[in-house]
Amino acid sequence: MSEIPLPAEGVGEPRWLRWTLTAVAVAFLLVFLVLPLANIFHAALSEGWRVFLASLRDEEAAQAIRLSLLSTGAAVLLSGVFGLAAAWFLGRHRIPGHGLWVAVLDLPFAISPVVAGLMFVLLFGLDGWFGPWLDRHNTQIIFAKPGIVLATAFVTFPFVARELLPLVEALGPEAEEAARLLGASPWQTFWRVTLPALKWGLLYGVILCASRAMGEFGAVSVVSGHIRGETMTLPLHIEAVYNEYQFGAAFACASLLSLVALVSLALKSFVAWRARRDREAA
Amino acid sequence: MTLVRRPGFALSAGITLLGGTLMILLPLAALALKAGHARAGTFAALLGDPRVRTACLFSLGAALAAALFNLLWGTLLAWVLVRYPFPGRRLADALVDLPFALPTAVAGLTLASLYGPKGWIGRLLPFPAVYNQLGVVLALSFVSLPFVVRSLQPVLEELPRDLEEAAACLGASRWATLRRVVLPQLLPALLSGFALSFARAVGEYGSVVFISGNLPFKTEIAPLLIVVKLEQYDYDGAVALAVVMLAVSLLVLLGVHLLHRRFGGARHV
Repeated sequence: MSEIPLPAEGVGEPRWLRWTLTAVAVAFLLVFLVLPLANIFHAALSEGWRVFLASLRDEEAAQAIRLSLLSTGAAVLLSGVFGLAAAWFLGRHRIPGHGLWVAVLDLPFAISPVVAGLMFVLLFGLDGWFGPWLDRHNTQIIFAKPGIVLATAFVTFPFVARELLPLVEALGPEAEEAARLLGASPWQTFWRVTLPALKWGLLYGVILCASRAMGEFGAVSVVSGHIRGETMTLPLHIEAVYNEYQFGAAFACASLLSLVALVSLALKSFVAWRARRDREAA
Repeated sequence: MTLVRRPGFALSAGITLLGGTLMILLPLAALALKAGHARAGTFAALLGDPRVRTACLFSLGAALAAALFNLLWGTLLAWVLVRYPFPGRRLADALVDLPFALPTAVAGLTLASLYGPKGWIGRLLPFPAVYNQLGVVLALSFVSLPFVVRSLQPVLEELPRDLEEAAACLGASRWATLRRVVLPQLLPALLSGFALSFARAVGEYGSVVFISGNLPFKTEIAPLLIVVKLEQYDYDGAVALAVVMLAVSLLVLLGVHLLHRRFGGARHV
């Protein structure tokens, strides 16, 4: 009688190999990701709590934090409004050139942040398209706060739209059409039917957008002009104090951004978990 | 097919087309037109400049090395995270996104200190790992690590196990099953993760400036050279270099797009 050659532990790798691979993967994560993270907090506190707190209360650091928050808020708002409109518009209508518009959403990801910054210099810089006009009206965008907000918004612009588009398509128009047939106005349909179905996706996109906007460096660096106490964001401030060998201050600010990053990771996991639970319940 | 105009069509169309045009297409047009108006010979002079050539080649090489590094480690991570349950797997999975969440400047700062001569890892190494090419590859690998993992994971999760079981029943060794049954199904996801990782690494700037030492002819990358040219008010040079970089990353993205068209699968990471 011929035997069927089934492995003892079912199909898969032998137990020793599973454990070895798992151990190698975990070790890699510890060395390659956790150690750099731990190093930030260790270095931030290596000169003591007093230095740590003083570097965050410093006037220039405070200005940088405020500007970072401002540009992050603007970026989230723009990305959110555009994302909701674009995802619904492109997900519900087959306009001519549909594929091209979807591809346009990927463009900011293909562009190096430095090139993104350069594009805004070409638009609004003194030699740029709108430069002379802005100059006549005593308005400055490049090497000023508006440029920083614009560059940040550009880099994160499609985040929410890309998160929502597959959701809108998967959702389908049936629920919206039912609401309309039952007498709901278009706005009521949007607020009561469409938005609740997209809320976790929207939140996920907003988290991605905010954490990228908070840490954007290349694009902002090109348009900022690095004016201390005026056009510095927190990442730029870190570079400036690092170049002055104030390592404690650099790491203190870096630890603040790392905390934000950790919170955003936790929020992302939570939102993904809730979205999965809602999907399974539906 | 006729276009069905749902209520809200005009408003959402307005926001989408206006927003997309003003925020994405207009800046791009500024770059394209500026490049179109550049003096004849700008591109030839640019690519003839040995400093530019060295920086471009180094950028491509370092990004390639980083993408390869991510291909190997990313595959292992995705495999372990999907196939082998272990305590703390959810935490490990969330951790993979850390390089996307951490600002690149912070990543560069901590890597430069960690692998520097006094750092926890640097002092154990018999060779210098920062302010040289190795440091650049290290930073690029760090910032683009999640791409391969995230493009592989959904494919691995949906891979039908019965194919592997069938191969085993038919007498194939585990290794042969992996190589001839599993790997071909993962190939598109592997390639697209690799390409996305490469595209991200080519354009990366923030983390590299901290760890590379920014030495011309040695560790200077193309994005840094754009910044240098801008600071010297060499706009034509900066634009020409930007167009070259943009072309490279657009080609890579086009490749990924065609790959998804051909094989389907998760569109985005």
